[in-house]
Amino acid sequence: MSKVLIKGNEAVAEAAIRSGCRYYFGYPITPQTEIAEYMAKKMPTVGGLCLQAESEVAAINMVYGAAASGVRVMTSSSSPGISLKSEGVSYIVGCDLPCVILNVQRGGPGLGGIQPSQSDYYQATKALGHGDMQLFVLAPSSVQEMAQLTADAFGIADKYRMPVLILADGALGQMMEPVDFDALKFTPEPKKPWATNGHGGKRKKNIITSLFLKPEELEANVLERAEKYKIVTENEIRYENYMCDDADIVIVSFGITARISKAAVNEARARGIKAGLLRPITLSPFPAPVLRKLADTASAFLSVELNMGQMVNDVKLAVECRKPVSFFGRTGGSLPSSDDVLEQIIKISGGLK
Amino acid sequence: MTNKIILAGFGGQGILFLGKKLATAGMDKDMNVTWLPSYGPEQRGGTCNCSVILSDTDISSPIIGSPDTLVAFNIQSYEKFMPRIVTGGKLFADSTLIDKHPERNDIDSYFIPATAIANDLGTPKLVNVVMLGYLIKNTDFFDRDYIRGVLTDSLPASKAALREANGRAFDAGYGYGE
Repeated sequence: MSKVLIKGNEAVAEAAIRSGCRYYFGYPITPQTEIAEYMAKKMPTVGGLCLQAESEVAAINMVYGAAASGVRVMTSSSSPGISLKSEGVSYIVGCDLPCVILNVQRGGPGLGGIQPSQSDYYQATKALGHGDMQLFVLAPSSVQEMAQLTADAFGIADKYRMPVLILADGALGQMMEPVDFDALKFTPEPKKPWATNGHGGKRKKNIITSLFLKPEELEANVLERAEKYKIVTENEIRYENYMCDDADIVIVSFGITARISKAAVNEARARGIKAGLLRPITLSPFPAPVLRKLADTASAFLSVELNMGQMVNDVKLAVECRKPVSFFGRTGGSLPSSDDVLEQIIKISGGLK
Repeated sequence: MTNKIILAGFGGQGILFLGKKLATAGMDKDMNVTWLPSYGPEQRGGTCNCSVILSDTDISSPIIGSPDTLVAFNIQSYEKFMPRIVTGGKLFADSTLIDKHPERNDIDSYFIPATAIANDLGTPKLVNVVMLGYLIKNTDFFDRDYIRGVLTDSLPASKAALREANGRAFDAGYGYGE
């Protein structure tokens, strides 16, 4: 049970390989290039393939092809590169194919910067591609969780035949923390009778396509997928509830900012302010039912994000405007300190009295 | 107890390595640790730094605004980070390359000609290990024998000469000023 000191990016790569992922397609971009570097070293030693494509667009289409053939496959990039992949992601959704995509976010828009950010929340949870589509979005907040959620992502992707996006950030990708790989739990790869991997004349051919020219056929296809999203929402919401049950002020925060917010909650509690942290681990499906319930007991909500206020709108929808929801964040690559968050908590707390 | 350490200097001075040794030593003692490098459009000979946090409680952010310990290996790093050291904090500086002294009396300053010592030992690349010895001597981060073991054990047994050179550099730093 020995721990290793490892970067978040490398932890994702190692966990992917241990999950049975044998195909990685990518294109370098800061701050996630260590993944390709790690894959390039390790994949050949396990009989896998790491390929540096000519572009992000090529890489996601290689993922599309590999996923259609029924293997565990992943790609990774950072914000601008993820935008380039969006067309391919939509096709993969339209074909109901499983794969894992990692976004180690950096500041935007445009080329933006290379420091940590959570400004792709909207893109990840609302529309990483055209069409009536959703992704399954996981948000790790430690390097150990980067590894575990990668392992989980492959299981979820296979179970529901949908792409799973891991939404990390530059800090989580670049930092080293101890990881216990022996503690990881893996989901065995299921049989994939739908895969287009050669029928040898022994079974009916499988067809994988996202093209449905007849409106009624496309509608049926989209409705069927919407049913799947309903099941996913019912069964797969994940979150961490840290001292929310008696909290007057509930902070909602994911990823790296959730850690900072947790420290602020502890400091607030030490001052006699009843604060709590609700950390969504799945951003899509969003833990709206949990927040809706907390609106019965909490007096106010505060969303802390590394952007100009994106998840805050999901929090507002979840609490149905029954309680005030405010926002605090930094953007462009800077992180707030726990003192900054504490100041916001104190401000809200003063307003409550 | 939480220690927030910034190590900074030129690329090639073994700064990231030094930070990793501290973080690994903390991990093996079951502490919570984070190690975060500066990353950017870096170039050879450019500046380089990393932030190491050692703590017995959860670490919220791996980013350090105000370090309680700064280990500076060049004048640029000294000028950038020295003013940010918390009151009561410690400055470690390579006096071979840094010819300034802080005009602050609220921090403790430790100067060692680490580059000169490493050169005299015939192992100029081990300037970081000389500094590690001096750092361990003047902080309560880790026990001397423990971290010396972490350092030498991380080198393969087949490279006995390298182990020996690292041990010697560490001891030179640890014994400096005695």
